[in-house]
Amino acid sequence: MSKHTARLHIQRGDSGGASRIQIFDVPFDPGNSLLDGLRWIRATLDPTLAVRFSCINANACKECMMELDGKVVYACTQRLRDGDMHITPLGNKALVQDLVTEIAPRDERLLR
Amino acid sequence: MIRLESDVLVIGAGGAGIFAAIAAARDGCRVHLIDRSLIGRGGATVMAQMTVAVALGEQCPDHWEYHLADTLKAGRGLCDPALAQLLCENAPLRIRELDAWKVGWARENGHLKQAFAPGHDRARCVYVDFLNTGPAVSRTLRAQLNRIDAIRRIGDVLITDIAVRDGEAVGAVGVHLVSGETVALKAKSVIIATGGLTRLYRRNSGSQNMGGDGYALALRAGAELVDMEFVQFFPIGHLAPRMIGMDPIMWDPFRYKLGGRLLNAKGEEFADRYGQAESGNYVLTRDVATYAIFKEVEAGRGSPAGGAYLSFAHVPEAELRHAFGPVIDRLAKNGIDLTKMPVEVAPIAHYHMGGVRVNALMETRIPNLFAAGEAVGGANGANRLSGNALSEAFVFGERAGTAAAARAKSRAAAGWNDKTAAPELDLLDTRTSGAAAPNNMAALVVELQALMADNVGPFRTEAKLRLALQRLEQLQRDLGPLPAGGEHYNMVRLDWFDLRNMLLVAQTVVLAAIERKESRGAHQREDYPGMLPEWELNQVLSWREGKLSLSRAPVRPNAQAVT
Repeated sequence: MSKHTARLHIQRGDSGGASRIQIFDVPFDPGNSLLDGLRWIRATLDPTLAVRFSCINANACKECMMELDGKVVYACTQRLRDGDMHITPLGNKALVQDLVTEIAPRDERLLR
Repeated sequence: MIRLESDVLVIGAGGAGIFAAIAAARDGCRVHLIDRSLIGRGGATVMAQMTVAVALGEQCPDHWEYHLADTLKAGRGLCDPALAQLLCENAPLRIRELDAWKVGWARENGHLKQAFAPGHDRARCVYVDFLNTGPAVSRTLRAQLNRIDAIRRIGDVLITDIAVRDGEAVGAVGVHLVSGETVALKAKSVIIATGGLTRLYRRNSGSQNMGGDGYALALRAGAELVDMEFVQFFPIGHLAPRMIGMDPIMWDPFRYKLGGRLLNAKGEEFADRYGQAESGNYVLTRDVATYAIFKEVEAGRGSPAGGAYLSFAHVPEAELRHAFGPVIDRLAKNGIDLTKMPVEVAPIAHYHMGGVRVNALMETRIPNLFAAGEAVGGANGANRLSGNALSEAFVFGERAGTAAAARAKSRAAAGWNDKTAAPELDLLDTRTSGAAAPNNMAALVVELQALMADNVGPFRTEAKLRLALQRLEQLQRDLGPLPAGGEHYNMVRLDWFDLRNMLLVAQTVVLAAIERKESRGAHQREDYPGMLPEWELNQVLSWREGKLSLSRAPVRPNAQAVT
């Protein structure tokens, strides 16, 4: 087992109701990204966690933007670290679900 | 239900889909360009690191017929010559078009710079520095798209099925991921441009979106798939140390520019043991390199993480900096100093040679249903040359868009009604009525990826393939017959629809791989080594009454004499 554990405090919920914070302890190897951790949570602990990404590791799609400790980051280039990490959706975009926000340009949306 | 209507519906907004949309709009059609993700940012195009193969003759004299000869040779006798010719003959037009749109192809002494890539007989590949080909192409294509009013761009829509009436495509149905609403898209012609199937494998160089959607859509609509056993593994995908913010296939450009040395755990070069000596130049083709690395690992001469070493330690720092500029700093942030250490690399799922079977107008056997780009099978046969994927995306996209527009203009409104699409719409009606998922769908995806990597990789045996088939059946049971309900970016529901496609497509790969009892190009059977003349044929898959059926077809004859 991995010696390292990140404690992710993740904001859950959609635009309709009150949000809540859910805590996940994520074991990791040095070098793993925040997105690695979120994908591990979905496959292991809670598949309902909503997070959007497409390229996984290349920082090409720019979809995995979210906030870590109040700062905007790409989950794919942010490394996991030991201890507490507070993950919230982008504050300046409409919330869709959990960490997913409405990031598409307005003229590329189905419902404008 | 949200209803949309267009002349031409394009599914997938990567390089092929965007070229298709632009071509259809240019010919006077109203186009809907749909993507499950953001427009022009998902898929494979944006991930391209460097090479685009095209016989421009800027670096040295060249002709598309030489490019075609190399493409056919790499395809080991299985290319559809008409598609391969289309790719090579038209690539110069599309590359010049992108140049006019200011993509920024690298230039030198007043001409476009063309690099040598393995399998090509001369320097033929244009690129954008530094590792910027994909992002630059995507940015350029998005800028063109935005100028065209006849194209409506719609992201965050997952197409779940093509709607077919009286044997003809009349549109598609899907889910608007943001709201969870069902979407019905009526169209006179439909183009599948969803890319390949790399997501079926644990380690892959593609994006999350590439789970073979288009293959499954085409099959269920009644179209055929061809060459599904040929999955290309990219031999030198990054393995260790863990590197973030960079594409795992990024070492290829380093090899194009600087050569580099591929070494085993003992520090020996080993490619010559497998028939191709390197001597400082990058000439190793993808299938041979993949084979060589696997065999070295198997013989106990692999690197600690289970691959080979790639070393540039012999290259002076100034030369590294000149060739790769800012990339060297990004590597440093990952703790990688190429002047001092090698990296570890291993084969990684990269591209699919197989795909939807089309004619030279990119039309499937289902009227009004077209395909473009990596979604198409046949142009590359049993193995694809480096640099041909983007050329294929651009050329086939433009061709599909033009042909689909001609079709749309020749027919009255599509014969859509909700009854036509009833079974497909019923599946989507589960939005509010669907039960909770019986299993963790995300875990099933991981299980499928492991299963495919371990048993349906580049080296295959009857026993492993049979095991894979059995376990795919189990996964199908674990998936269950209906998606979970849910709205607002419900990932469990999304995973269900993805797995539904991935499991079907995985089956097509396994069935074709079991049947082909020889080794050719990207399909290597350890129990049937060697290429057999009687297997110089294509395998075709279709879907009849809920069952896959596999048949053989002779390789299509040359469209015209090729010298």
